[in-house]
Amino acid sequence: MSLVKGLLRRLFEQAERGFDLAFSSAWNPFRQLGALGWFFYWIVAASGIYLYVFFDTGITQAHQSIEWIMNNQWYVGSVTRSLHRYASDALVVVVVLHLMREFSLDRLRGRRWFGWFTGLPVLWFIYACGISGYWLVWDKLAQYIAIATSEWLDTLPFFGEPIAGNFLSSAALSGRFFTLLVFIHIAAPLLMLLLMWVHIQRYSRPRINPPRGLAAGTLLALVVLSLVFPAVSQAPADLDVVPAVVGFDWFYLAAYPLLDVVPGGQLWLGLAVGTAALAVLPWVPPEKRRAAAVVNLDNCNGCARCAEDCPFEAITMEPRSDGAAYDTEAVVNLSNCMSCGICAGACPTATPYRRATALTPGIELPQHPIAGLRERTISAAEALEGQSRVLIFGCERAGNLESLAGADATALIMPCVGMLPPSFVDFVISRRLADGVLIAGCPAGDCYQRLGDEWTRQRMSRERDPYLRSRVPAERLRLCWRTADDASGRRAELERFQTSLAVLPPVKARELGAAREAKRG
Amino acid sequence: MASWRYVLQGMAYAAFITVLGYFSVAPAYRYLPPDKAVIKLAFSHAAERRVPCRKLSPAEIAELAPNMRKPEACERERLPLLVELEMDGELIYRAEERPTGLWKDGASTVYRKFVVAPGKHRVLARLRDSRDAVAFDYEQDAEVDLAPQQNFVIGFRKTTGGFTFQ
Repeated sequence: MSLVKGLLRRLFEQAERGFDLAFSSAWNPFRQLGALGWFFYWIVAASGIYLYVFFDTGITQAHQSIEWIMNNQWYVGSVTRSLHRYASDALVVVVVLHLMREFSLDRLRGRRWFGWFTGLPVLWFIYACGISGYWLVWDKLAQYIAIATSEWLDTLPFFGEPIAGNFLSSAALSGRFFTLLVFIHIAAPLLMLLLMWVHIQRYSRPRINPPRGLAAGTLLALVVLSLVFPAVSQAPADLDVVPAVVGFDWFYLAAYPLLDVVPGGQLWLGLAVGTAALAVLPWVPPEKRRAAAVVNLDNCNGCARCAEDCPFEAITMEPRSDGAAYDTEAVVNLSNCMSCGICAGACPTATPYRRATALTPGIELPQHPIAGLRERTISAAEALEGQSRVLIFGCERAGNLESLAGADATALIMPCVGMLPPSFVDFVISRRLADGVLIAGCPAGDCYQRLGDEWTRQRMSRERDPYLRSRVPAERLRLCWRTADDASGRRAELERFQTSLAVLPPVKARELGAAREAKRG
Repeated sequence: MASWRYVLQGMAYAAFITVLGYFSVAPAYRYLPPDKAVIKLAFSHAAERRVPCRKLSPAEIAELAPNMRKPEACERERLPLLVELEMDGELIYRAEERPTGLWKDGASTVYRKFVVAPGKHRVLARLRDSRDAVAFDYEQDAEVDLAPQQNFVIGFRKTTGGFTFQ
């Protein structure tokens, strides 16, 4: 299992690095597969609504009405019909890639099972929508699909009368079957939309819209394809003549040729077993659950920053239960918490400067306490030597950061860089524990914990609360967002950072004071 | 954004739509060799009951609830159909088709495809739906001239007298 995962991961990372060059990290289509799926769904829905206005469900009229749309509406009908087909095909591509990529990144394990589990039926619905759509055109391909699908369905022990009996001859065909198909072709996408909504329920700020530039480029590409190579119907269906050779949409129909060599019942069994095997993947092998975040009510003032920043909808603000003079308190939903620590990074009480009382923030991970992070920070810094001492705060998913360690650099690993309160950067620089801080995380838009990179970037650039104090010189902080396997890139970035630090004058209390004055001024 | 990036993006989009455009219609799939025809033997028909219905006596009928009274008592299970198909004197299909339903009280269904060479053929279909252990209840033959890719259907409808060839 891990071998397959690792191989897939390497393949994706290679491809992603190439696409980073062309699209930038934020626009990289591989990091937007889910959002692109939504985007294609809306294109299919909009173009489908348009086509339905002109579609006729009669046996002969179905094919004729599509031909009329294609030939009598100048480019509009042709492009709309082609967009309907190509966006449907693109939907299959991005959803399958999305599934493979999430698997390779291990984003299905433990408490993340929900998104994986609810995504699988969406895949079935996509195929139901696509196959019923091809059927409606009632051309040679539709005839093949009708016969092959009904024969395949008849291998299930549910139907008293064979469905394939409806497609024996032209005389036996009933127009009412098309009415049923239209109903299926409308109902299935609506149910699919419901499932897609369920699929994203455990994520805050789910990414359902790709960046505008990527969306515009993708739509433009589909329009160009529709103009250059419009989707067309094949010859009208004729049940008295067997369609010997048919143009085939392999995105939707790849399983059908298997019916020539595998009995239909066995193919159903294979698909059912395959789906069941995918469904249990989040628990194979069983994962040791990390402890969920813990709220310390004595230090929680109900500010809601943790709830605002949690990527997994695991924190809600509830009425105060301890009689303290605040309206609300943070409550952690144990089944949703991914133990990423981003809530601790958002907590304003998670500051290493606290001296009067023990360093216990309002919320933190029991296995990664903030007090422990302060101790690790201080002790790691004490071992550093040289003129460009760098303390690296890194994500455990961002590759082997320990390999960057040396006399003048050391790494502190955490579940996600979003767990790092900005005050720690200030603490390190102002106390001269190191000459610079490097934060190493997953590439932009590809954080394993979903939003850790984004929140860290915003906090450190003083756009998001808790802000990094303005007295921290920007040139002493470096953010490094790279894929796990990009060790050489990270090494090079560290060396560039250290080179730039070497020419900076040492941090002095005076300098920090001047920054403070500048802010006041 | 640097202009070379737009060029790379254009190449990526071009590759994407080329894959989409090509695999949405090609390569073509050969479902049937173009020089062959298909004979389909397909129908649904309920055979006789395995045990004949028994006429109830007036006393037995009187014992039944008023809304449940009927002249006969019938067990539900039906016999399987015995179906045979010969082509040019050669038996190409013989099967007992079991009745559908949990209680085996539904119709038996037959759906078989035979890929054959086009041209003239003598086709003979037989069906037994009774408790007769020897003879067939329905039998019909025809000479057919099949064109390449023709879909020739052999059906059965008791109300029209037996097998249909179309």
